[in-house]
This record gives sequence, structure tokens and C-alpha cells, in this order.
Amino acid sequence: MLRLRDVVQRSVPPRNSPLNSGLWQRAGYKTQLGPQVTEQPGLKRFSTAEATVQTGPGHPCRMREKSLTMASLSPQVKAVEYAVRGPIVIRAGDIEKRLQQGGKESFTEVIKANIGDAHAMGQQPITFLRQVVALCCYPELLQSPSFPEDAKQRAQRILQGCGGQSLGSYSASQGVECIRQHVAEFITERDQGVPSDWNNIYLTTGASDGIMSILKLLVSGEGSGRTGVLIPIPQYPLYSAALSELDAVHIHYYLDEDSCWALDIEELQRAYLSAKQLCTPRALCIINPGNPTGQVQSKKCIEEVLHFAYEENLFVMADEVYQDNVYSADCHFHSFKKVLYEMGPEYFNNVELVSFHSTSKGYTGECGFRGGYMEVLNMDPRVKEQLVKLLSVRLCPPVPGQAAMDVIVNPPREHEPSYAQFIKEKSSVLDVLAQKARLTEQILNSVPGIKCNPVQGAMYAFPRIFIPPRAIQEAKARSMAPDMLYCLKLLEETGICVVPGSGFGQREGTYHFRMTILPSPEKLTVLLGKLKEFHLRFLEKYSREGAPSSSLHREEGAQSSNLHREEGAQSSSLHREEGAH
Amino acid sequence: MKKLDNTVLARRANQIKEELRQELRKPYKQVIDLYWGDPHAAGVKPLSFVRQVLAACLYPDLVNSNTLPVDVRQRAQRLLGECAGGSVGSYTATAGIPEIVHRISEFITKRDGGAPSDPENIYISPGSQWALRNILKVLVNSQASPRTGVLTPGPCYPLTNFTIKGLGGVTIPYYLSEEQGWELHVEELHRALDSAKGLCNPVALYVINPGNPAGYVQSRKTMQEVIRFASEKRLFLLADEVYQECVHGEKSEFLSYKRVLSEMGPPLSDTVELASFHSASKGFMGECGLRGGYVELVNLDPDVMKCIYKLFSTDICAPVLSQIALDLMTDPPQPGDPSYPLYSEETQHIKTMMVHNVKRVFEVLNSLPGFSCKPMEGGGFAFPRLHLPPKAIQKAKEMEMEPDLFYCMRLLEEAGVLVKPGMENGPKEGTHHIRFCIMNPEDTMEEMLSRLSSFHTQFMKDFS
Repeated sequence: MLRLRDVVQRSVPPRNSPLNSGLWQRAGYKTQLGPQVTEQPGLKRFSTAEATVQTGPGHPCRMREKSLTMASLSPQVKAVEYAVRGPIVIRAGDIEKRLQQGGKESFTEVIKANIGDAHAMGQQPITFLRQVVALCCYPELLQSPSFPEDAKQRAQRILQGCGGQSLGSYSASQGVECIRQHVAEFITERDQGVPSDWNNIYLTTGASDGIMSILKLLVSGEGSGRTGVLIPIPQYPLYSAALSELDAVHIHYYLDEDSCWALDIEELQRAYLSAKQLCTPRALCIINPGNPTGQVQSKKCIEEVLHFAYEENLFVMADEVYQDNVYSADCHFHSFKKVLYEMGPEYFNNVELVSFHSTSKGYTGECGFRGGYMEVLNMDPRVKEQLVKLLSVRLCPPVPGQAAMDVIVNPPREHEPSYAQFIKEKSSVLDVLAQKARLTEQILNSVPGIKCNPVQGAMYAFPRIFIPPRAIQEAKARSMAPDMLYCLKLLEETGICVVPGSGFGQREGTYHFRMTILPSPEKLTVLLGKLKEFHLRFLEKYSREGAPSSSLHREEGAQSSNLHREEGAQSSSLHREEGAH
Repeated sequence: MKKLDNTVLARRANQIKEELRQELRKPYKQVIDLYWGDPHAAGVKPLSFVRQVLAACLYPDLVNSNTLPVDVRQRAQRLLGECAGGSVGSYTATAGIPEIVHRISEFITKRDGGAPSDPENIYISPGSQWALRNILKVLVNSQASPRTGVLTPGPCYPLTNFTIKGLGGVTIPYYLSEEQGWELHVEELHRALDSAKGLCNPVALYVINPGNPAGYVQSRKTMQEVIRFASEKRLFLLADEVYQECVHGEKSEFLSYKRVLSEMGPPLSDTVELASFHSASKGFMGECGLRGGYVELVNLDPDVMKCIYKLFSTDICAPVLSQIALDLMTDPPQPGDPSYPLYSEETQHIKTMMVHNVKRVFEVLNSLPGFSCKPMEGGGFAFPRLHLPPKAIQKAKEMEMEPDLFYCMRLLEEAGVLVKPGMENGPKEGTHHIRFCIMNPEDTMEEMLSRLSSFHTQFMKDFS
């Protein structure tokens, strides 16, 4: 079984490795106290008599022992890893800086396909959304004839909900009341009449903040009573980072790569049962549409999951931030809430469910606002009070982000002046994304040694890559995950920045990377072309010596299908970050 | 017996507001809400320059129209050029937009009389409390035994205490001397630390300067003593300096801990670990809703810095508009810029307002028997002491309330004034206070003081 933490430890390159010593230094890949740490801090906390600062002519630069060192640092924090902003991305930043300063590389720009950041890749904002938020920011513009009436109405309504009619006031910790009401109306409409109560809506600082808060409520206990949380593998690393920080038990269920990353209910049961002896599984996380895997769950599958959660009394966390990003004609987004409702009152009135949404994805792609919401169903009222208390620690979510969320849940209607332009912009964004999803899948699958499932939804391709044994050996020698080596070389040779699959989790012996489909179609075509060339070069390079090339080509063509395929599946998929002990 | 807490007050305030909307008869037409430090909610106007730049960044058509002043448009254009894809809708680097972080660092250097500041040590976050929480996460080991301790002032900003406890840490109160204008005495720090011996493992010292809720401004001498204490006891210093623009005392001057530390020279200046926090929510800007703050970290272990980077990374980045607000706060219009006259007028207006409020609150409260208020040298609050008659305390007990909560409930009910009971701030045992925001328009402040005076006089009469 692959553990993110292991990946990190394995990927510590030797100190003298010239290729990436900078990478190593900046990425903080020292998760344990190594021999190079000479201090023994934290031991003399109470012996203050000796703690006076030592100075002297002989040691003008002698550093005082730090009060905060890797030894005294909170072990939960030490265990946090976040691949989407990990070492590859840091390295990309360094290369970019060098290019800007006139440094020479074999490419002219770094293409950041590592993060779902649509505007950074040139996607244009939705005009109506920006008009409304700009009007809220500077209400003098309400007098300006260059803004449409419907935008002005929206802005006025939002401002009426804000203290002193200013976006600069704190809102309630749960968010501005009228925006919460609009969210509830939106959900009811989306779910074709399934009731939604605005008291169950909480606005958040991006979806991440909501996910983190809910997990914090759920995690408790000691030993076998410690909370376990079921998360998919591959997963968005926010989940593993949050669970590490909270020192909860990670319970991995593997998505089925051979059936388009579908969630297999038997695998979910297996993971649950194997974990049950060691911890107390309390929650189940689902990402639909999938990140990084791009699958869209069928209604039947959602029913099975909800039934399972009902039977086992699991709290369901449905990450539905990509609900507007569905590209395959035969796939549809079904909200967990609606499916639960249709399963009948016994389910609808009992299963505890939280659904997350965000301003960052969809067709608006407004990541910079850090806006989001969650809807909380069937939560014990006393726990809800605790939730509000927890949310009040960060005072309130950014109010402009709340305003942006308001526009997303309350877009122009057919009879309103902004409707035509809004629909045009919205469908243009979604059409281009659908086109790029197909293009990415097609080109990737044309490369020997790469296999990519259809990108049914979300914003990413997560292709499987064949890595020749010699490259694996090299990676091992450099204490690095093989796909990390692959992505690092890809970055250094082509300027393309993608995230290694090891940062998301994958079956042992399989290798992947995540790339976004967000660059413009032209740029994406160039990117995929360069990627193809790189991959072939990579295969060549690592197959040249030792074995005759023909046999290697065969192996690569066979997609390494039996290369440790089963290994990971059977081994324990359970762990708790050891840093906590 | 479990006592009622402040939520009953907040709930009742919402009910009363609703009753007023439904035109129920009350002796007042509106609730004056001074519970939070939220200037815009209390009616202070946002700075035009700030809002104009934000609007232009949000809707770049405004950059090309002549609706807005030319320096606003130039500024917006420059800032958009610093956003990925030229959009405020993009994520930024973990610490914030590099150019903005760089300018914040320049601002710090200038503010601190040349003490060097490294942009690599600065993280922008969704509000200063968020950054403080991240640093506390690093410091507090939730499963350690004995538990991690943090020295916090009494009275304190309660959210910080709440955060420390929420992370599994323990707060160790050191009391400020109310008699001496809320001064911090280093002997008290020693006493507090001694009191924690054997009970927890103290790792950090949290100071608020200018104070919240008590409006002191620390002198250089005090700060030097605090720094020496932190060094000697090997404590990580957390300096909450969000009210640095709010200094009212004529003889008071804000000095940052960073500056004082730096000017103390080696070995202290390159050993004492310090995190200093600032925010866009306070000061002239008062943009609480944007959620923008930053932390500057000094003398941290490089490996720990890497962990801090990862921790901030999981939050992805601070809201871009709040990053821009911080940029405008640290780099405002200068004389000669088209926006300067209006900017200067608006900030002067806020200054005048604060001077007025500070003076009037001090006068009025100290003229009321049963109230005593120390001079407010800085910060955004008044924190007067209430000397309640024994009968009132008895009555409060019967109602299962702290005496200050009881007072605040009555004040709300009878006079429509919402202020905060001081108990949550953790003042010295047996003392009672109320806290209220003084960052309000003058007329709101006057109305509040007038309602408070009549209420208080009656209250004292009722319970004498």
C-alpha cells in the first residue's frame, strides 16, 4: 500500500544530488529528525537557569537554540503533505523565475497544468458576476449607465444583507443571510423540488474550509476508538492533508481504474471492514465528479453508497464542486442530496450528509475569491451549535466571495437583460472544456505507454504511465517516487508542470500524473505534443542500455498490465500518520 | 451550575432587531450594535480609493473608462498585471502575490526605521486570525503531555484563547495592571510562568499591542523587557499588532516588536523567534469583510519554515481582493497623486472621529459613578470597569448570569445598546467590565453615550 508519507520519505534525494538539491532544500522533505539536525531542543524547557543567551567573542554568530524546531514542532503539522503545491510546483516556480531573469532553457515558458486555476490559463470571467461584485465594492457605480439593471438589483440586494451596507463588514459566521437563502433556493431548483432549508447552509472560505471544519468535528477518540475516514484513492490531497493534521485514521478505498475510475461498492465494503478492527470509521468522503480522476458517478452507484452509509451509520461528505463540469454526453451529475431524497424518507431523514460547492470551479472559475458553501443535512442540532462555534474562529468567510457565490446560485433569468450574454459566456466556457476533455483523452491515448480514461467531468486527466524498470531503479536510488522522477524530468525538459500520481495515491506499482485540461486548445495541443515527444524520449532513454529495445516496446505496449497490479489492493490500506505518536 | 453565556445576548439582540422591524414599541428605534470591532457595520464609510481600485480590478472595463481617477486605473492595471492571467479570479502563490508580498516587506522596513524585512518570511492569509491559528497549529502539540502552554494577557482577545484551547493547548494568563493604565509588568510574566510550572509546557508568549480590549500602547522599555523575558525563557513571541494604525494618545507611539527587537541588536535580534500580525480589517481601512491579514516571521528555524509553507499551502491562498487591500493599505496614495486629496480628507475624517470618540468616551464614562475608564491610548475599543452594587451582583446570580452579562442584557433591553460583557476577555477575577467599539461615526457614539448614561444612572439607582 502506498502512503503519501512514505512517498515523501522515499523521495528524499541524496543531499549531494546536483539535479535537485534546490528542490530538496525548498520543499522541506525532511519529515523526521535526521542526523544533520544537531540541536536537541525542547529538553530543557524548565531549566531556565541555563537558558540565558550565550555570546562571546569566540562565537559572534552562535545561534541560540530555537524554541520551535523540528523536534518541538507539532507532529500533526509535520505530517501534512500537499502535492498540488508540492516540490514539483516549487521547482516550476524557480524555473519560471530563472526564465524571467533571462536564463536559458530548452523552452520559453512554464505551462502550469498542475492546478485547476482556470483564469490563470486564460479563461475569461463571467461578465455578470464581475459586474455585480464590482457594484457591491464601489456602490457609486450604481448610478453609472454602463451597468445593466439586473446586475444593479443583485448588488443592491446583497448590500442590504451586509452590515452598514458594506462588503467591508463582518458577516455572520455562517454567511450573509440572504445569500444563504439564495443558495437554498438554488439547491431546491437544481434538485427539482427537493426541499432545502437555508438554516442548513453555511458559506465558507472556498470548499476546503468547509471540508476541514466538518472533519474537525468528526475526529475524536483514542486507539481503536479513533475516528477513521474513508477517502478515495486517488484523492484530492486536501483530504489526506486534513486527516494528517487532525491525526485521524486514513481509510483508503480504491477507485477502479479499469472501469473508468468507478466507485466499486465491494471495494468500499472491503476497506471499511478491514479498518473496523483498528479504528472507528465515522465518515465517508466522495468526490463527484472526481478529482483527479474525472469520473461522473451514476445514480445507481450513488444509491449504493448512500445505502452503505445508512447501514453502517457513516457521515457522508460529498465533494460536489465540479457539479457543473460534466462533459460526456451519457453522464449526468446527480447530487447526493437528490438521490438520498428519492430513496425515501427513511434515508432522507437519517443519513447525515454534507455537500460542498465552490466559486472556484464550474464555468466561473473564480478561485481567487475563496468562496464556497456547504449544505448540512440531518446533523444533530447540538453539533450544529459546535459547528457554528468552530466557524466563528475565522470570523466570517470573505464577503466578496459570498457575493460571487450569490451570483452563481442566482444567475440572470431568461427575461433579464444580462441573460443572453450570460448564457453565451457560460456555454462557451463549458463547450471549450468539453472539447479539451476529448482532445486530452485522445492525444494521451495515442502515446504508447500512456493510457487515459475518458475525462467525463471535472478539469483533469489522470493518465496512467508506463515507467521502465530502469527509471524506477533510478528513482529508487534517488529516494524518489518513480512518477515524481518522471514529472520532474518532464518539467525540466519541456517546462510542463504536472503533479505526480503519488501525491494523490494510486495502486502500488502503478504510476500516473494529474494534468489540468485548462490551457487554451492551441496551447493544450502543443503541450500534449511536447508531452508525447518527452514520453517517447523517456522510454527510449531508460530502455536503451541493457535490454534489446524490441522487447521493451512490447512491454510498454502491453501497458505493464500485470506489473504489480494486485499488490496494493490486498495490503492494508489503513494508516494513521505516525508523526502523531 | 452552568452559567448562561454571551450567546443569550446575541440571540436577544437579533430578536429585538426583528421586533423593531415589526414595529413593536420600544423606548428606542434602533439597536446600536458596538459588540464587534466592525467600523463599516457601525457606519464608517470605506475609503474611496480602496473601493475604486477593487472595483476596477474586478471589472477591468473600468480601467479603460474615465469613470475613475487615473491613478486608480493605473494601480488596478499594475495589480492585474501581477495576477496570473490578469485576473483576480486566479489563485496566487501560497504566501500571496509575490509583488504584493514584496511591497509589504518594504512597508515594514520603512515603518521600522530601516530594520530589514525579508519577503520570504511573510505570509498573507484570510485575516490575521487565520495566520495566527496556523502559527499556533505549529506551536501547539495537540497530544502532548503535559499540554502545550501559551501565555496570554488578561484581558485578552478571546478568540485567541479559544483557538489555543481548540488546538489542545492551555492558556496561561498574565494580568495587565489596570491601575497603571493596563501596563504590562515583566514581574507578572514571571509569576504567570511560575504558576504554570509542572502543569504545562509553555512555548509561546502572546502580546497584543496596541491593546484589545484594553487600549494601552506599549512603550519601548516594556517591549524590551518582554523580549528579554521571551529570550531568557525561550518562548516564541506572538505579537498581535493589528491596531497599529490606531494610536490616539498624544504621547503614545506605536513601535513594532520587530523594530524593537531589531534595534536591541545581536544576540537577541537574531535569535528571538517572533511572529508579527497585521490586518486590513482595522485602522483607516476597516475592511473586515475582505478577510486580509499577514504574518511576518522572524528568526525561525528554516526547516520549520518549510512546514509552515506546507500548512499555508493547504489553505491554497488568501482571497485576492484582500491581498490587494493589503497592498493599498501598505502603499496608499501619495501627495501629488490625483486620489490623494480625497484619500487624505477621508483618513483625516476618521482620525478626527477617533479623537472625538476617545475623548468623549473617557469624559462621559468617568463622570458616571460606578464606571472607571483608563485613558485609551490606542486600539479600537473602550474597556471600562464596572463597579456594580452588591444587589446587582446578587440579582445576576439569581438569573444564572455573570454580573457583566446581566448588565449588558439590561442595557440592551432597556436602552437598545449592544456591548460585550468583559468576562469573556478574562480580566482579573472579581472585576467586571464591558467592551465596546469606538470606531463609529461621532453621532452614533454620542447617541450611545447618552443612552448608556441614562441607563446606567437608573441601573445604579435601582440596585443601590
